[in-house]
Amino acid sequence: MPNPFRGFGAVFYKEVLHVRRDPGTLFFSLVIPLLQMFVLGFGIDTNVRQVNTVVYNADGRQESRELIDRLKNSDTFHVVRYVQNDHDLNDMIIGGKARVGIKIPVDYSDRLIHKMSAQVLVLIDGSDSSVAGQAINVTTAIGLDESLRRAVTDSTAPFAVDMRPKLLFNPDSRSPNFFLPGLTAILLLNVTTFLTAFAIVREKERGTLEQLFVTPVRPFGLLLGKLLPYFFIGFFELCNILFFMRFVFRVPIHGNVFLLAFLSLPYIFVSLSLGMLISSKANTQGQAMQLAFLTILPSIFFSGYIFPRETMPAFFYGISFLVPASYFINITRGIILRGAGLQHLWLDGLALFAMGTFLLVIAARRFSNKIIMT
Amino acid sequence: MADPAQSSPQYAISAENLVRRFGEFTAVNDISFRVEKGEIFGFLGPNGSGKTTIIKMLTGLLPLTEGNAWVEGLDVRKDAEGVRERIGYMSQKFSLYDDLTVLENLRFYGRIYGLSAERMKRRIDEIVQLNGLAPYLNRLAAQLSGGWKQRLALGCAMLHEPKLLFLDEPTAGIDPVARRQLWDLLFELSGQGITFFVTTHYMDEAERCSHVAYIYYGKLIADGTPAELKLLPDVQPAGTDRIEIVTPQVTRALRLARHIPGIRSATIFGESIHALVEEHFNLADLRAQLQKDGITVTDIHPLTASLEDVFVELTYKHQALLEASRA
Repeated sequence: MPNPFRGFGAVFYKEVLHVRRDPGTLFFSLVIPLLQMFVLGFGIDTNVRQVNTVVYNADGRQESRELIDRLKNSDTFHVVRYVQNDHDLNDMIIGGKARVGIKIPVDYSDRLIHKMSAQVLVLIDGSDSSVAGQAINVTTAIGLDESLRRAVTDSTAPFAVDMRPKLLFNPDSRSPNFFLPGLTAILLLNVTTFLTAFAIVREKERGTLEQLFVTPVRPFGLLLGKLLPYFFIGFFELCNILFFMRFVFRVPIHGNVFLLAFLSLPYIFVSLSLGMLISSKANTQGQAMQLAFLTILPSIFFSGYIFPRETMPAFFYGISFLVPASYFINITRGIILRGAGLQHLWLDGLALFAMGTFLLVIAARRFSNKIIMT
Repeated sequence: MADPAQSSPQYAISAENLVRRFGEFTAVNDISFRVEKGEIFGFLGPNGSGKTTIIKMLTGLLPLTEGNAWVEGLDVRKDAEGVRERIGYMSQKFSLYDDLTVLENLRFYGRIYGLSAERMKRRIDEIVQLNGLAPYLNRLAAQLSGGWKQRLALGCAMLHEPKLLFLDEPTAGIDPVARRQLWDLLFELSGQGITFFVTTHYMDEAERCSHVAYIYYGKLIADGTPAELKLLPDVQPAGTDRIEIVTPQVTRALRLARHIPGIRSATIFGESIHALVEEHFNLADLRAQLQKDGITVTDIHPLTASLEDVFVELTYKHQALLEASRA
């Protein structure tokens, strides 16, 4: 009767040796789950706090300033700017600089003094449902509280401070409307970074890279030549995603779809460059795969795709500025949901382009110094 | 300052005191040599002795830690780009794109070197004819056998008409017929004035080279024509002769031979033993002595050193020196 477990000990022994010889894989398989745990544990606070808020205080007197202080003290709102007209108020929200806009009318104090009800307009960016819900609750609660306080001291006072929340951009609070524009950024990253992450490693494994290095080919010639075909593929995929988003999931695009296509170019560029850098660092396709995954994680957690960036702890909020998807999600949501224009989003596009160039230059330097050969 | 003699157009390669260190490790230790135009220069040495490192230094892939090198008259330190325009390189792995056809591979390298459409067409025609690739033009490189891959790789490396070709173990892992055919091709090209820098482990290939150098752990320990090397005093010390003992019992015979006075060293070569013996050593006595110990001696005769003898002797000597210096 042959032993069905024959060779168990030998294979076990050999496998342990493999694991020991390849600390990289071990590192990734052990550290990534812990990293995810820490990010989700610390970074995610479902209580929305410190929402970027813009204030247009047309009144400007004592009473109105007190109201603003109360809103600030609630910890829900973080006033990023005071503006002087309706246009700027709207612009801050459309541009994604603020999620909540508060407009105190010019006769606010007068009406309170004359024991009349004063309306305060609260504009809320509905493209993030958790932020929107919290903003509605807190503002109406403060309005109610303020009114009660006045009623206690003076029983003849009417319902004084009347908060009027107005949900912008996604009035039905449809979740595809909110998630799909963000998902576009993640999906596109998946396609492009992975495509290029393998591009150079494959040549390293085959030995063709060494062959190329003894030809007069220059680093940027090599990198851009490799990049361009995937650039077209990435752009084609973007068009597919937008098509399905619009016509299958029926997410209305409020802004200019051509602007969206145009601003996706620097994002595709930066994700491809990231893939190139990964490819120049990794020695095997397996390593390239792990590194590519490592870049997907922050893009999901820190980009604002799932959790609002403003409510993250300062450290993670800082990281979110280094994540290309943060800028592109601002672009997709801006154009698709808020109808933002180039004047609101040019800085995001420029940031993406700068990041892409930076990454590509680092990758090219590794090539010209032949670091990847040794 | 460049010595005009070194950058003189007479030499395809002129290397002077090359040093390459990786951290503490010295991979190439003060190596100098010159390769004349049109030579087939055989570069030999054990694995890991620095052959590929030197190729990388001469092709501008690795910076020189110290020393100078001129390739096709250009200073490698200053004009690696120009060097790469003028040389061809074929690595051990015949680095081709497996998922491209033979023709596509050739066209890719033609474009890399910026050949005009007209010149590309002419060169591809020439190479296809020279290397006999015509029946395989539309076949994927992956589907070629080792010998054909090697011919395609060589074709890609010489598309831009380089005057100097580096071939790093071009015959590793291919069959003897393909090996022979490659060497015939090399001789033909060499006749047209092309210089070859070839590394190999095959001694029969080394014998075919017009100029041979042997590197041992970063040191160049032999440099000359095969005939010159066979007469080196280290290989054939004064007052010694080389003999061959043919016997079916080589292992036992070797053990015995090493204890016979007058035999300085002995090594097995297939079904025979090559031994270095004192001058005037009596071969008839040796035969009698071995037969007395039960060895069937088919033949004993004097021998001229082969290149393999040369490298074995030099390796032993430098191994001993290396160990002595460590002790």
